[in-house]
Amino acid sequence: MNLPSVAALRANEDSKLVREIVTPEGIPLRFTLASASDRAVAFLIDMVVQAVVLVAISLGLAFAVGGAGTLLTAVVVVMAFLLVNFYFAVFEVRWQGATPGKRKLGIRVIDARGGQLETGAVLARNLIRELEVWMPLRLLLAGSLVWPEAPAWARLVAGGWTFVFLVMPALNKDRLRVGDMIAGTRVVMQPKLVLVPDLVDETAAAPRHAPAGSAAAASHAFSDAQLAIYGIYELQVLEGVLRISPGDLSQLEVLRTVSEKVRSKIRYEGKVIDDERFLREFYAAQRAHLEQKLLFGQRRQDKFSK
Amino acid sequence: MAGLPATSSPIPRELRSVEFRREREATWRELEGLIAAADKHGLRTLGAEQLARLPHLYRAALSSLSVARSISLDRALVGYLESLVGRAYFVVYGTRQHLRRQLSEFVLWKLPSTVRRAKWHILVAVLVTLAAAIAAFQLTSADMDYYYAFVGDMAQSRTPASSTAELREGLYHTESGSGILATFAASLFSHNARIGILAFATGFVAGLPTLLLLFYNGLVLGGFAALFHARGLAVDLWAWMLPHGVTELTAVILCGAGGLQLAQALVFPGARTRMDSLREHGRAAALIVVGAVAMLFLAGLIEGVFRQTVTSVPIRFAVAGATAAGWTYYFGFVGRGRDRAETGATEVAR
Repeated sequence: MNLPSVAALRANEDSKLVREIVTPEGIPLRFTLASASDRAVAFLIDMVVQAVVLVAISLGLAFAVGGAGTLLTAVVVVMAFLLVNFYFAVFEVRWQGATPGKRKLGIRVIDARGGQLETGAVLARNLIRELEVWMPLRLLLAGSLVWPEAPAWARLVAGGWTFVFLVMPALNKDRLRVGDMIAGTRVVMQPKLVLVPDLVDETAAAPRHAPAGSAAAASHAFSDAQLAIYGIYELQVLEGVLRISPGDLSQLEVLRTVSEKVRSKIRYEGKVIDDERFLREFYAAQRAHLEQKLLFGQRRQDKFSK
Repeated sequence: MAGLPATSSPIPRELRSVEFRREREATWRELEGLIAAADKHGLRTLGAEQLARLPHLYRAALSSLSVARSISLDRALVGYLESLVGRAYFVVYGTRQHLRRQLSEFVLWKLPSTVRRAKWHILVAVLVTLAAAIAAFQLTSADMDYYYAFVGDMAQSRTPASSTAELREGLYHTESGSGILATFAASLFSHNARIGILAFATGFVAGLPTLLLLFYNGLVLGGFAALFHARGLAVDLWAWMLPHGVTELTAVILCGAGGLQLAQALVFPGARTRMDSLREHGRAAALIVVGAVAMLFLAGLIEGVFRQTVTSVPIRFAVAGATAAGWTYYFGFVGRGRDRAETGATEVAR
């Protein structure tokens, strides 16, 4: 039952990236660390927002004042400074660890120990960007303005510097950038999952094929021996298979393959007309069997465990 | 295994996990709706009744998660609850303080208190700056050529090549036209603040750049002072420099102290792990730096506006004295009562 397409369904549960926080009620919550690409994209979005805001404010003021007054320059200079240095901090304080970019990507900053995200921590992780991003960037892009006769080695150093900070998250197991280390924060994924119907609950999820009334009578029966073969892992992979959206072209193909594999594995003798129906019923029986065992404290992890 | 069916398992009419879900689903959905609203419009837009239900619903969902983990093998359900409770956790336990209250707490207690606790780092920063300033002063007084090494030619009209009259003119130069003054003040502020933040941030590179920045700052100060002292303009120079200089120098020292705090946490974490040590000192240092940035804003205003319009030496000194007294009082005494209350509270907690 280990189809590659199905295995992919579990890919984002890489246990190396899961961090636990214990709530004050004593129940551990699991969070998955955000991927580097998500964080980079969120950062780019935030940069674009900053640039747009700055241009909009400058233009708006210019129109309001009428022409480029020098007072206007002063306001824009201060505004640019505040925007560059406090954009992230203000959003992360007000939006509980999210910025527009992070929210778009479904990621957020949390305290590594699960406590409140302190203002001090937010400031620390963002002020350090001066060292991580802005300084090397200025040297790299506008080096000729900051330091007119900069030799090539200075640019090289600036480039190397940026690179070290850029790959920093890849060098530690918690994917921390320097700001996160100093502040004691983590960036985690926070997906908004919707509650999909239970596959076993017929009143909630009538399978497409079921004519009214016939779902009540199970047409396939499984013996205890047949249900003792698979474990929880296989059950949940099967759940993934059954949740492939019906519109997917490969769905029927996958269902047929899986159904054949299951039947040969458990030596199912009966006749099967509808693969999906067979699998749904097998899923229901298998889950009932395994959950029953769970109540007795037996957790059969997968088909290899006893 | 008397409880288990012997041979054939009919599909049970109702799984426990299904029944469990059906009983509780409504409260999950309600919680989901509340969180979505809080995320979108902020917690304060929720009504009093909704707000009162939130912790209740959160605890119900938390217990559902705990039950689901032990009885349900429906991965979609457990995943949904993990995500729901995770989101709710931050809404329920997140900070609810109003930004204005946070700000007043920061100004009236956190900032001065944090600065007081960094006194040793501040002392080091002061000593480094002072040592550089004295050395540069002595060297430049002996040989004016050092001026170019320490200050450079950034102050173009103020070099040993300028006449005394030109130097005096520079100290009493006034600008009219608010626009130019404001621009001047703004660029001074953003330049200084960037250097200050950098002095903090480079603490992460073991603090060496921080020390260098402080040292260099001292050198410029010493070289500059030596030139004017040699021309008999000492009083005029200090009257020109101190009104904003008190605030500005204090702010730079504070940023440096923040950087040193960071460096110490990294290099000498003591009995704790490096990460724990960084975490605590990094937060404290960041608060100090933000305070320093605000101070630099004030300094920029004084430098850009006050200094360019008021030339009376007594008034200049009066302002300098007032700022010095003000900062001493602020960092020395504001929030002391709260400090005592907090330490008392932690001792009781122990």
